[in-house]
Amino acid sequence: MTRLSILGAAALSVVANGAFAQTEISWWHAMGGALGETVNQIATDFNASQSEYKITPAFKGTYEEALTAGIAAFRAGEQPNILQVFDAGAATVIGAKGATVPVQDLLTENGVDFDINDYISGVRYFYADSDDKMIGMPFNSSSPIMYYNMQAMEAAGVEAPKTWEEFETVTAPALVKAGYTPLAQSHSPWIFAENFMSRHNLPYATNDNGYTGTDTEILINAPEIKMHWTHVKEWLDEGYYAWFGAGWNDNQKPFEEGKVAIWLGSSGSFGGLSQLDLPFEFSATYLPYWKSVTTEPKQTFIGGAALFAMSGKSAEENKATAAFFQYLTSPEVQYMWHRETGYVPVTVAAYDMAKEDGYYDRKPAAEVGIKQLSLPAGEYTKGYRMGFYVQIRDVMNREFGRILGDETSVDDGFATIETEANALLARFAKTQAN
Amino acid sequence: MKRAVFANRWLPILLLVPQVVIIGIFFYWPAIHALRSSFFLQDPFGFGETFVGIENYTSLFHLPAYGRAAMFTVSFTLLVTILSLSIALLFAVKADKVLRGAKTYRTLLMWVYAVAPPVAGVIGIILFNQSWGPLTDLFKFFGWDFALGVNYYDTAFAMVLIAVWKQIPVNFIFFLSGLQSIPKSVREAAMIDNRSASGRFWDVTFPLLAPTGFFLLITNITYSLFDTFGIIDTVVKGEPGNNPMTLVYKIYVDGFRGNDLGGSSAQSVILMVLVLAMTVVQFRLVERRIHYT
Repeated sequence: MTRLSILGAAALSVVANGAFAQTEISWWHAMGGALGETVNQIATDFNASQSEYKITPAFKGTYEEALTAGIAAFRAGEQPNILQVFDAGAATVIGAKGATVPVQDLLTENGVDFDINDYISGVRYFYADSDDKMIGMPFNSSSPIMYYNMQAMEAAGVEAPKTWEEFETVTAPALVKAGYTPLAQSHSPWIFAENFMSRHNLPYATNDNGYTGTDTEILINAPEIKMHWTHVKEWLDEGYYAWFGAGWNDNQKPFEEGKVAIWLGSSGSFGGLSQLDLPFEFSATYLPYWKSVTTEPKQTFIGGAALFAMSGKSAEENKATAAFFQYLTSPEVQYMWHRETGYVPVTVAAYDMAKEDGYYDRKPAAEVGIKQLSLPAGEYTKGYRMGFYVQIRDVMNREFGRILGDETSVDDGFATIETEANALLARFAKTQAN
Repeated sequence: MKRAVFANRWLPILLLVPQVVIIGIFFYWPAIHALRSSFFLQDPFGFGETFVGIENYTSLFHLPAYGRAAMFTVSFTLLVTILSLSIALLFAVKADKVLRGAKTYRTLLMWVYAVAPPVAGVIGIILFNQSWGPLTDLFKFFGWDFALGVNYYDTAFAMVLIAVWKQIPVNFIFFLSGLQSIPKSVREAAMIDNRSASGRFWDVTFPLLAPTGFFLLITNITYSLFDTFGIIDTVVKGEPGNNPMTLVYKIYVDGFRGNDLGGSSAQSVILMVLVLAMTVVQFRLVERRIHYT
């Protein structure tokens, strides 16, 4: 009797194990707050949608912290299956060949159809290598857009400006008269450097913006962007622009409070802004451009982050990762992610689905990011690939702060950025030597 | 004279082992690694590296930003050390004289000690919040347009203030117990010799407090250099920008945020040498002038 029951229990447990023999994979990300909840929702839905695989997401702090955690784990042989890496870390993770399995290979090897043209044009090549092979799966893709307080615009009797000339001569003076601070923005290197270059189709770095070589030099010390920053400083002094430091939220808050009329932020901020019960109606439109620099403004770069499949995992786990990526890029999931967060849908099919559903008729501002990313491409609008870019951004943030704080001039500030960035790029090239 | 001797010559070695192992694992091993890394430029993922000699060191000295961080570290350390020592000493001397409710005063002065540096930083950024911080409002009332995270000097001011506030209780505890260990007979003798309270303090009390003061001087310098990391990290809110930063924080920013292992290793080696030199100077020059009772 006892023996029988033991046998029975053993048999039961075998059955149970068989039923739950799932392949488990891990996903490290940097999506906090409401974004993190949506990430968890996607993981739960994926786990519920099938029984072979189980994904476990883990929040690892800021983008920088997530990348550092991933690197440290990789060196200790404890890397997750999927690591979220942001735009500025792309060169680091793509440069380390062997750290990741290119997503394009991962998908095709596991029998998932892959066509890079399924992705919307703005996100296609940012995380690709020099042969246009997609290395990282674009996940939370955004672009800087211009949000504006509709009541403020009405009170001042102006429209959202299309060009910076219009902002300077018409919009800003009227908004000041109406009692508003006209402008704030949350990320100087991203909005007023990287995407300034893209919008005006200006080269950002040698070697095709850094994609085709490591002996890259930055081309930021250029007359057009220095002209822009000279104006930005003047706007600050005249009260047309307010700067609250390098922190993202410190610059977004005054817009939410209704003090600042125009705020340049991420298209991915849309979800968060919509959920806040703001005391005014807001809308969004394209990032302005300088008529004096170009009459044909181009698309912008994507920001945000991509998902990388880390190497050193079993074929079975890679298969699970491929299955998850397939699930993640399905139109339904992309549309849900787009709706919940404001990040752009990365595939054409998901974009079409949102259009057919009439989402943009209900919320026109939600389409601005993806429309801006789908504007005509130019020679220099694919993206950029530079190593030690986190530090280069820190250098920019520092010098931009010094320019705005009267500690240095525009000319000296940009000369410093150029020198220090090029020194960092040369140092990064040496880390990739063998 | 009697000497205490261990009967077994292995016993003292055995007793030392845990300490030596801890120092070896947590100090010498990483220090040697840092020294080695400082001569290389390494791929963050560990795939490749290039020997670059002393380039990691020389490139630092071409960076004005490194010089600025060094200058800030020196001024920050001096300010925090001097202010927290002198204010704590003043509080200790005053609290020592209080008879009624002494314990309450002392507890109130001490309890900030329990606040962890990052928490102190969070309290700081609440007090100095740009739009509704009570201290920002107070400064504005007096015509000072204080802007944390925007103006370099304002941010530096906030960092010093928070660091000093956090450190005063420790110094206070030590000074107070130092004062209380001064024999009553000495104080009474001094009372007869000198009627001026400040004269008695500088001629008698202060020299007798010197051993405590020296100990605190060293711990306060170490605190300002290293333990203020949590405060600085919270105040800059993860975006170094044009905010002031100490050398220790810069090591973190370049190494752990920027993944430049060679460059940040070189910085940590420099810091290690500086601290070593400072310790030697302190013990050789300052300690000689102090009389232990």
